[in-house]
Amino acid sequence: MIMLWFKKKNRGIQNDAQRKIPDGLWLKCDECGEIIYKKQLDRSYWTCPHCGFHFKVTSDYYIRILLDEGTFEVMDENILPKDPLKFKDRKKYVDRIEAAKKKSGLSEAVRVGIGKIDNITVSFGIMDFRFIGGSMGSVVGERLARAIERSLDMKIPLIILSASGGARMQEGILSLMQMAKTSALLAKLDDEKIPYISVLTNPTTAGVMASYASLGDIIMVEPKALLGFAGPRVIQQTIAQELPPGFQSSEFFQKHGFVDIITQRKELRKNIALMLRYLYRPADNIPSIIFSD
Amino acid sequence: MPIEFTLDFEKPIIDLQRKIEEMKSIASQDGVDLESEIMSLERKLQKLRVDIYKNLTRWQRVQVARHPRRPYTLDYLSKISQNFIEIHGDRNFRDDEAVVCGFAMIDGRKVVVIGQQKGHDATENIRRNFGMMHPEGYRKALRAMKLAEKFDLPVVIFIDTPGAYPGIGAEERGQAEAIARNILEMARLQTPIVITIIGEGASGGALGIGIADVLMMMENAWYSVISPEGCAAILWRDRAFGKQSADALRVSAPDLLELGVIDKILPEPPGGAHSDPNRAAEILKENIIAELDRLKDVPKNELVDMRIAKYRNMGIYKQA
Repeated sequence: MIMLWFKKKNRGIQNDAQRKIPDGLWLKCDECGEIIYKKQLDRSYWTCPHCGFHFKVTSDYYIRILLDEGTFEVMDENILPKDPLKFKDRKKYVDRIEAAKKKSGLSEAVRVGIGKIDNITVSFGIMDFRFIGGSMGSVVGERLARAIERSLDMKIPLIILSASGGARMQEGILSLMQMAKTSALLAKLDDEKIPYISVLTNPTTAGVMASYASLGDIIMVEPKALLGFAGPRVIQQTIAQELPPGFQSSEFFQKHGFVDIITQRKELRKNIALMLRYLYRPADNIPSIIFSD
Repeated sequence: MPIEFTLDFEKPIIDLQRKIEEMKSIASQDGVDLESEIMSLERKLQKLRVDIYKNLTRWQRVQVARHPRRPYTLDYLSKISQNFIEIHGDRNFRDDEAVVCGFAMIDGRKVVVIGQQKGHDATENIRRNFGMMHPEGYRKALRAMKLAEKFDLPVVIFIDTPGAYPGIGAEERGQAEAIARNILEMARLQTPIVITIIGEGASGGALGIGIADVLMMMENAWYSVISPEGCAAILWRDRAFGKQSADALRVSAPDLLELGVIDKILPEPPGGAHSDPNRAAEILKENIIAELDRLKDVPKNELVDMRIAKYRNMGIYKQA
């Protein structure tokens, strides 16, 4: 059954990968420095065949490998950023938004909607680091709030895949309040015993890590992702000493008890589906395309 | 009173204060009658304080909020409450002294109090870690809140922190998880939560004990997603742009009231809370009492629904 899924998904992956290949046929691994043939990366879910390093991939790519083909219905795209503080540093916030839109082809740093994983309908949210570092402002908070409310209304599981540098400075205190907004609604989800799986990708830090990303019933993460509350540079400046090797990695966080499952990207869909089978009783009556009983 | 620390814009006030002290000592030593002169100077001093403090910039307010003589949680507690008894530890790792938790009576009202605590001198600051909490501090605070819920006592919180501590141990023990957990649990806590930002409200460090039914902020306190210097370091690539950053982030109490994040500004005495801590405490006490009495009879489930709805509605965006 698992093979069936691989076969089905492979075509989509190649399409996506081809689109994002820059010039040249070869790529150097950020982690081990080995030179990799790009076609080989396509086949290995954009992970290094030598050291297993997980390259950053786009939200489109995750949608393609995680959700049942063609099932993702994107919602709340009409919720769009404003510039409530008229924020300007060296650049205007409105210009940063325009640049991010152009760069990512997205309207904001998160997409939410309804999709299926292994035939199970879920409320799905997925962040994209390309949009102002995946930062959370009012739009990310509102879209996720609606995603959580859809879970509540429809009594369906919530899956949020995070990739974020934290709260968006350009919306000031309103960004901080999005941590409160999302987490407060997750309290309701918890009361209703509706499963929430939080998936962390490289990197997930600061305000996002200190709110919904850390509140999953189950927390999954890809190997060697950067996680944490404070950024490594801030910590280094504060304590004025070298940081230990592997500090704030997925493995570090698992060792210290803050993430449940480190999962290879190619196993991610299967592991989410498996957890849904264990946590979500209505799924007992939904036939699986991945698992046999 | 020894004056060991002066903010630039406070200089005229301090100079005038010195002059008055001098005249007073001349008057007492030499028996010269300077009473009318002294009184006129004192009137002038009061007016000067009002004038200077009326027009503070955001960045100046940040300096006032960090004034080493500004009253901290324990200073206020000693002035506004009786029979305070502190509780310690998160029952898991250690006692984080950057946050004080305990029980107290405010004009006969029994409450659980939680407050970040800075030190007035170097020794106390080391002990208090400058008011920067570790995960065990957030967990101690949550334990105190759960006790409040269990024994039907309202929670009174004071926020005053330059941030949650960014260190190796803090990450090892889950700083992010501790803050996230507190936000979630505070949102559904079945007892009233009345919070005042008395000094600095830096980001997640403040929010980790910051979910309230009513959030008040002292006139010269600041509250922001990131400290002005931290933001300047990232967006201006230079910490020296704190002033510009404070303006861009809009960190002052009037800003936050306008943005719908706080419910009320508590006025400070002219010259700031540190110039008249007793008066500052009186204002604080009156307001806390009023809010406790207002929330006392609200049914608990309604209280929680209203609290969640309040945070649910925060944010400003376009709906196309």
